[in-house]
Amino acid sequence: MFRFLLGRLAVLIPTFIGVSIIAFSFIRLLPGDPVALLSGERVMSPERHAEISHQLGFDRPIVVQYLDYLWGVLRGDFGLSIVTKKPVIDQFLELFPATVELSLCAIVFAVVVGIPAGVIAAIKRGSIFDQIIMGTALIGFSMPIFWWGLLLIIVVSGILQWTPVSGRISLMFFFPSVTGFMLIDSLLSGQEGAFQSAFSHLVLPTIVLGTIPLAVIARQTRSAMLEVLSEDYVRTARAKGLSTFRVVGIHALRNAMIPVVTTIGLQIGVMLAGAILTETIFSWPGIGKWMVDSVFRRDYAVIQGGLLIIAGVIMLVNLVVDLLYGLINPRIRH
Amino acid sequence: MKKLTTLFAATALATLMAGSAWSKTFVYCSEGSPEGFDPGLYTAGTTFDAAAHTVYSRLLEFKKGTTETEPGLAESWTISDDGLEYTFKLRPGVKFQTTEFFTPTRELNADDVIFSLERQWKPDHPWHGYVTGGSWEYFAGMGLPDVLESIEKIDDMTVKIKLKRKEAPFLANLAMPFASIMSKEYADKLQADGKMNQLNQMPLGTGPFAFVGYQQDAVIRYKAHPDYWGGKQKIDDLVFSITTDAAVRYQKLQAGECHLMPYPNAADVEAMKADPNLKVMEQAGLNVAYLAYNTTQPPFDKVEVRKALNKAINKQAIVDTVFQGQATPASNPIPPTMWSYDDTIADDTYEPEVAKKMLEDAGVKDLSMKVWAMPVARPYMLNARRAAELIQADFAKIGVKVEIVSYEWAEYLEKSKAKDRDGAVILGWTGDNGDPDNFLDTLLGCDAVGGNNRAQWCNQEFEDLVTKAKEATDVAERTKLYQQAQAVFKKEAPWATLDHSLSIVPMRKNVEGFVQSPLGDFAFDGVDIVE
Repeated sequence: MFRFLLGRLAVLIPTFIGVSIIAFSFIRLLPGDPVALLSGERVMSPERHAEISHQLGFDRPIVVQYLDYLWGVLRGDFGLSIVTKKPVIDQFLELFPATVELSLCAIVFAVVVGIPAGVIAAIKRGSIFDQIIMGTALIGFSMPIFWWGLLLIIVVSGILQWTPVSGRISLMFFFPSVTGFMLIDSLLSGQEGAFQSAFSHLVLPTIVLGTIPLAVIARQTRSAMLEVLSEDYVRTARAKGLSTFRVVGIHALRNAMIPVVTTIGLQIGVMLAGAILTETIFSWPGIGKWMVDSVFRRDYAVIQGGLLIIAGVIMLVNLVVDLLYGLINPRIRH
Repeated sequence: MKKLTTLFAATALATLMAGSAWSKTFVYCSEGSPEGFDPGLYTAGTTFDAAAHTVYSRLLEFKKGTTETEPGLAESWTISDDGLEYTFKLRPGVKFQTTEFFTPTRELNADDVIFSLERQWKPDHPWHGYVTGGSWEYFAGMGLPDVLESIEKIDDMTVKIKLKRKEAPFLANLAMPFASIMSKEYADKLQADGKMNQLNQMPLGTGPFAFVGYQQDAVIRYKAHPDYWGGKQKIDDLVFSITTDAAVRYQKLQAGECHLMPYPNAADVEAMKADPNLKVMEQAGLNVAYLAYNTTQPPFDKVEVRKALNKAINKQAIVDTVFQGQATPASNPIPPTMWSYDDTIADDTYEPEVAKKMLEDAGVKDLSMKVWAMPVARPYMLNARRAAELIQADFAKIGVKVEIVSYEWAEYLEKSKAKDRDGAVILGWTGDNGDPDNFLDTLLGCDAVGGNNRAQWCNQEFEDLVTKAKEATDVAERTKLYQQAQAVFKKEAPWATLDHSLSIVPMRKNVEGFVQSPLGDFAFDGVDIVE
């Protein structure tokens, strides 16, 4: 297991360095003067330019600048936002729980709906159920998020008025953030109706963000199930007269879950990409929306730092998934 | 025990009901996050809406719905005969907001005014660079560092500002967001505590609403300032619900989650007008789009040729096609919401046959020319290429061949300035301070030739009128001069004026008292929700 971990790290570290070089070069490769971009000052006297350039360390050799940058990153220093002047990492930590909350809900939704759908499709292979489920999955997989989100908002919030349109909670509620997770904070606030409000605000973004992972998981479950169902031991179990529930639920599903778990892990990167669009549509104050807003504000420091942090988080999550997978299925360690 | 519970429940219910009856919350679905809360540091309207028009007030204010100024924190002012000294008498008894983060002990005085302006002006002022990388862009952009001579305190309630040269738009400049008046007492406290940055995050001023809190990219909360010098607001709470997507803003408006929204999608406006729960306000924005001929190059140096071409352009078609009707054809170089706009001036009528004849009379045959189309969409011109194509077709009808050219935006702006540039350029302008000078002199003055004056047009008669108007301080006199200047402009036709785009504001039916600003900002003082 230790060697396995080392192997993973051996891949991860160069990848992270690669990403950090890209992030570092980002400002320097953009058209325009990096000093002006990073300081946010558009009109500068040559003296002022030299002063800021020195402050930012642009007058040193590029390699020194990079190493300095990397050293900062390793200590959690991702620079200051040009606009708010707050450390990028602080803003990230402030907004990250919102994204985690939404992503967790979306993945739970995708798993809870996707796995049974895949199982049913596999058992009833070729039936009308199978066709409907797989057809829906295909549509869900190919649906552009911004369109799907707007469609749901217009129909469910606009016409049916079942859910609120956007945000995390009704603006009538106003309480301090404790955990950053609105579902928990709303309960802690003790305000009547706060939890219901937070929950109803989560419904649509969860569905939108969960749709693609749901489709992927359903399809993956179905094909894994089909493969397992044709194995000898399943036939044996059936021959022994075990109930379909036991055969499918205990014997087959367990083994079919191994590739599905990997798929779920892989979906986390996809989710973060999807969160950028979903959060923007639903005015969900998480890191996805933060990145988009930063692009509009030309807050290059945030874009640069944010990209690196997000890349780091994705890599970390993938590492954890790999390790977990290694624990579940010892074969892949070799 | 049961009795107690009932009593408790009844009390709670009563409080709740009282709360809903007394507390009026107005929700504005704003289009983006503010860059900060110090209006001097930024240039975006979004930031001004969130700070300048809520928390702060200024020496002068723009009269609601107009570009004229009226007294604000300055009750009155006198201007010396040479036009260089402005003496402002401050309004007595103006209270700063009391917030959770600061309790003011004194009322507004001259120190606050001097602090607010000098920090932007003097490089050695301790607050000049309090935000790293921040700069006083508007202050510099309006040329104030060169114009100001001194700012003096005569007594607690009197401030004298001396200028180096005459500057008629000076008063209008003081009504702009960057000239918001801050509390020096609050600033001093922050400086003593080593928390200077807080001035840009937790603002405190004399405006109609006091800042309560900001959750980045999500919501900004304000409550009505009970001692506001203009009187307490009818709404108790003001909330900015930041919603970047225009389609989502519309849905929230429809669902009643907000009361008013800015910048709707053009395609949604018809449906909004048809919705019985909504009402839609519209007026011409403070902008103009134009086609500037190069008046130094033949045959465009001839007035008859320019006039003929102007008569050949079907502006209504441009407005219908490019703006889906959400613009009005322009006849003057300044928009109709601007003071001194002359509505007696007749526009060139669309008469291709007459135009053709005029061109023949001017001795121009087989003319082929370039029309420059901007590569980007601006509020005053959403699709310049489409407009250029329409002009191309119009000109073809009178036998003029048009080649459409375009460049990358920065290059376009730069290249189109050249004095020997060929062809006519599509461009436009949005006003900054509501002063006609900001259009007429900036875009058509002789000094601007080779710069903002894309027509390279230097007409002595026009120049004299505009310069005289700049130096006059009496509004009535300036109005007269600017109206004469507009007549000269129309007669000489250096541009074909194309359109003023409309600014459209949809809101819930029960919103009352909102006044659309020609300057494009959103201010909620005076707004009420009626049941």
